[in-house]
Amino acid sequence: MVKISITVDGERHEDEVEPRLLLVHYLRERLGKVGTVVGCDTSNCGACTVHLDGNSVKACSVLAVQADGGDVTTIEGLANGEWHPVQAAFKECHGLQCGYCTPGMIMAAVDLLANNPAPSEDEIREGLEGNLCRCTGYQNIVKAVQLAAEGGAR
Amino acid sequence: MTDTAERVTRESSVGRPLRRKEDARLVTGRTSWTDNLSAPGMLHMAILRSPMAHARITRVDVSAALAQPGVVAAFSGADLADKLGSMPCVWPVTDDIVMPAHPPLAHEEVRYVGDAVAVVIAGDRYQAADALEAIEIDYEPLPPVLDMEAALAEGSPLVHADAGTNACYTWKLATGDFEQVRAKADRVMKRRYVNQRLIPMPMEPRAVLAAPTGPDGELTLWSSTQIPHIVRVLLALTTGIPENKLRIVAPDVGGGFGSKLQFYPEEVIATVVAAKIGRPVKWVESRSENAQATHHGRDQIQNLEIAATNEGKILGLKVDLLADMGAYLMIITPGTPLLGAFMFNGIYKMEAYDFTCTGVFTTKMSTDAYRGAGRPEATFAIERLMDDLAAELGVDPLELRRQNWIEANEFPYSTVGGMTYDSGNYEAATARATELFGYDALRAEQQRRRDAKDPVQLGIGISTFTEMCGLAPSRVLSSLKYVAGGWEHATIRVLPTGVVEVVTGTSPHGQGHVTAWSQIAADALGVDPDDITVIYGDTAQAPYGMDTYGSRSLVVGGMAVLQAAERVVEKAKLVAGHMLEADPADLEFRDGAFTVKGAPGSAKTIQEVAFEAFTAHDLPDGVEPTLHASSTMDPQTFSFPHGTHLCAVEVDTETGMTKIRSYVCVDDIGNVINPMIVEGQVHGGLAQGIAQALWEEAVYDDAGNLVTGSLVDYLVPSAADLPSFTTDRTVTPSTTNPLGVKGVGEAGTIASTPAVVNAVVDALRPFGVTDVQMPCTPERVWRAIHGDGSGGDRAAEGSIAWAGDRTESTAGGRTEGDETGARP
Ligand code: FES
Ligand code: FES
Repeated sequence: MVKISITVDGERHEDEVEPRLLLVHYLRERLGKVGTVVGCDTSNCGACTVHLDGNSVKACSVLAVQADGGDVTTIEGLANGEWHPVQAAFKECHGLQCGYCTPGMIMAAVDLLANNPAPSEDEIREGLEGNLCRCTGYQNIVKAVQLAAEGGAR
Repeated sequence: MTDTAERVTRESSVGRPLRRKEDARLVTGRTSWTDNLSAPGMLHMAILRSPMAHARITRVDVSAALAQPGVVAAFSGADLADKLGSMPCVWPVTDDIVMPAHPPLAHEEVRYVGDAVAVVIAGDRYQAADALEAIEIDYEPLPPVLDMEAALAEGSPLVHADAGTNACYTWKLATGDFEQVRAKADRVMKRRYVNQRLIPMPMEPRAVLAAPTGPDGELTLWSSTQIPHIVRVLLALTTGIPENKLRIVAPDVGGGFGSKLQFYPEEVIATVVAAKIGRPVKWVESRSENAQATHHGRDQIQNLEIAATNEGKILGLKVDLLADMGAYLMIITPGTPLLGAFMFNGIYKMEAYDFTCTGVFTTKMSTDAYRGAGRPEATFAIERLMDDLAAELGVDPLELRRQNWIEANEFPYSTVGGMTYDSGNYEAATARATELFGYDALRAEQQRRRDAKDPVQLGIGISTFTEMCGLAPSRVLSSLKYVAGGWEHATIRVLPTGVVEVVTGTSPHGQGHVTAWSQIAADALGVDPDDITVIYGDTAQAPYGMDTYGSRSLVVGGMAVLQAAERVVEKAKLVAGHMLEADPADLEFRDGAFTVKGAPGSAKTIQEVAFEAFTAHDLPDGVEPTLHASSTMDPQTFSFPHGTHLCAVEVDTETGMTKIRSYVCVDDIGNVINPMIVEGQVHGGLAQGIAQALWEEAVYDDAGNLVTGSLVDYLVPSAADLPSFTTDRTVTPSTTNPLGVKGVGEAGTIASTPAVVNAVVDALRPFGVTDVQMPCTPERVWRAIHGDGSGGDRAAEGSIAWAGDRTESTAGGRTEGDETGARP
């Protein structure tokens, strides 16, 4: 067991964990942060995407111990009083259907816009390549990211 | 916060792009996926799966697993055999169908890689997974059965030895005399198309949580399923637990596409184990398990003959299918290809139709419904044939279609497939699509690039599809030997405070029923959609239902909502009449209020009536308290959406790479409730249909291992792979239901696959290519150009997954010449 200290959605947690525990399982099963989900076992789907120290990471590909000392934001901590513009844009543009990919997709999109505030359609499509959605065909996800980039759906 | 832009008026919620009520919790992570749930004392189950495609189990010893940390119980198939029963198939399509036993946990033989053989129950999922490795199990290998044609040959090894054959059934349908039209036809074009095996891959893998809840065997099962109501019936029948002690909940479900239209072994195993050890048990599928052990779709070899005159008039069609069942018959495995049996003729008029389907057992995962279920296969066949026939005749493929399709003034039209198409206007949809696409300009560009021998060739593909929606009239299901009905239920309650509950038997998992049903009920009751709550997916709260699949929810379930709302209004009218001291026959209901005709000053809102009905202090004679009504709607017939899809691809003839340049579709799905949701359904459907054409294929190697067992090898497209689509609609209301709706969930998937493949083949026609087997990978395209005009000799050659000596299960792809042409 290893002692870790992680800030998640603004709250600090001290825990003892097995070294092999994945960050996503730590979030879901130890902290009850079940808004972040798991969609694969090969780091392909991006459903588990969260921000670690401001950058998007696939939480199934990070060990909890690697996040020691880090600052994690999940979909549950993204809204700050009111929804993040990307969350609002996903609803406005119908960028989700079943919603399973949505937490990861939104976290990836927020990171994408942080790095490139005015992306082209191709840049959005390539930027979200690591996040799979089986429902939407991506068109409305792309629209949502464009809308958020233009100043949002508020 | 964001939906104010579309704030609707009372009169017309239907038809507006109302933003979804579902989204608030989904975009903020306040979700209740099955894997998010836990129950006090909950344990985790892990499943040991067969690494062999076919083998006899000679020994299983779970004792070492029991000694592992955290392990509470471990069972082999034999340990639980008497409790688990056999998994049911509810669609025995013929009287002499072979229906083998299907133990949820194999105990004598395993018949596909991924077949469950033992389970471990432990304190957490890591402990359970670790302990699986301690289970000792010995197998005696048996020969795998992988190729449908070989499986039917004399002397083939058998999947089910006691059945004596690998043929599951043969089902026939014939209208007119195909032999006669064949004899009189100028040409008979033969083709052999392969509709490859696909893996549905919803983003949420399956999960179940079974929790004993009472002293008398009561049990609640949460499951990531499309069909909680059907699961309840089948779980009772399979386990012997009385149905009235079982509650099934489908909480948030992360997509299904047919793959969760199933009753799965894990649902039975978790239930039986939880009941046995008296503690809640959760099982969560990994993505690899999902690929191996959640049902697959498609997988047909289609031998086709189309008879026509030299002038391009189609006379008849002969369809001879081999349909891979996989190892076992799951709930509608045998019936799935037959959902296409009535649709191979597509939108075309002809005299004769001859259909035969033979189901074949192989040592692979079972097939069953995957988005479209039978209809994509049928549409693929006829739309590919139309393009190929046009090429043979030297006419424009759109012209050939025009010449043969049912004209707008001919509806309702009884087809050679035995269906009556309610309504449609193929001319209008096609005119709009060609305009949006710039058809003539693209054809001109194509000619220029052909003449210039441009290394990147332009291809144009067409698909003018129709499909059958609204499963289903119960009497039709009965005639097809399906054991259940096709009705749907809704109850509407106007509560004392005036807000409304809609209880639906549909079970949405991304389709937006909460929003759409609110819109329907809002208009019918004259209330604000935000004052409506929709209750679904829990047999304790929504006790009657037939669930969600086959583009049925709106056509059947939405109609039940409308009918229940109308009944609420009827009842409310009696109460309002009494309150207004008027004859109910003199009342008018508009904008949520009853008024006496000609006396506009008097009014009672439906909310006031609801309160009156609740207090019941002064109700008219014979009227019962409370304001609610139900409807159980059994549709009289199907509805037939249609559309014209046009695809332009650029094919690099040097690398074989295909890129979609533009995709235009104009769908006619009748009236729409929420155009935003409809468009989303079309987009998602297109993505899946295009993926079949270009990327996805479940490949087994010659030992029966699934080599596309993860998202690394099974190519679900990303945003970067797909273009933006141009979508539009024409509206020809359905004549079979008062809403005039037709269903949209599967349209995009059904239509798009042949449009894309037609485009790829069209690009390559100057090279003498007449077919490229799906998925049209760069290697297959390259081989088609540089090889012998086919897409490669054996199926998996050039597939995205190289698998050494490959399975021949979807062998084919070689197309035959015309009647006289010798097979290469
Ligand atoms: S769960 Fe699929 S990438 Fe993390
Ligand atoms: S919305 Fe269902 S997977 Fe993206």
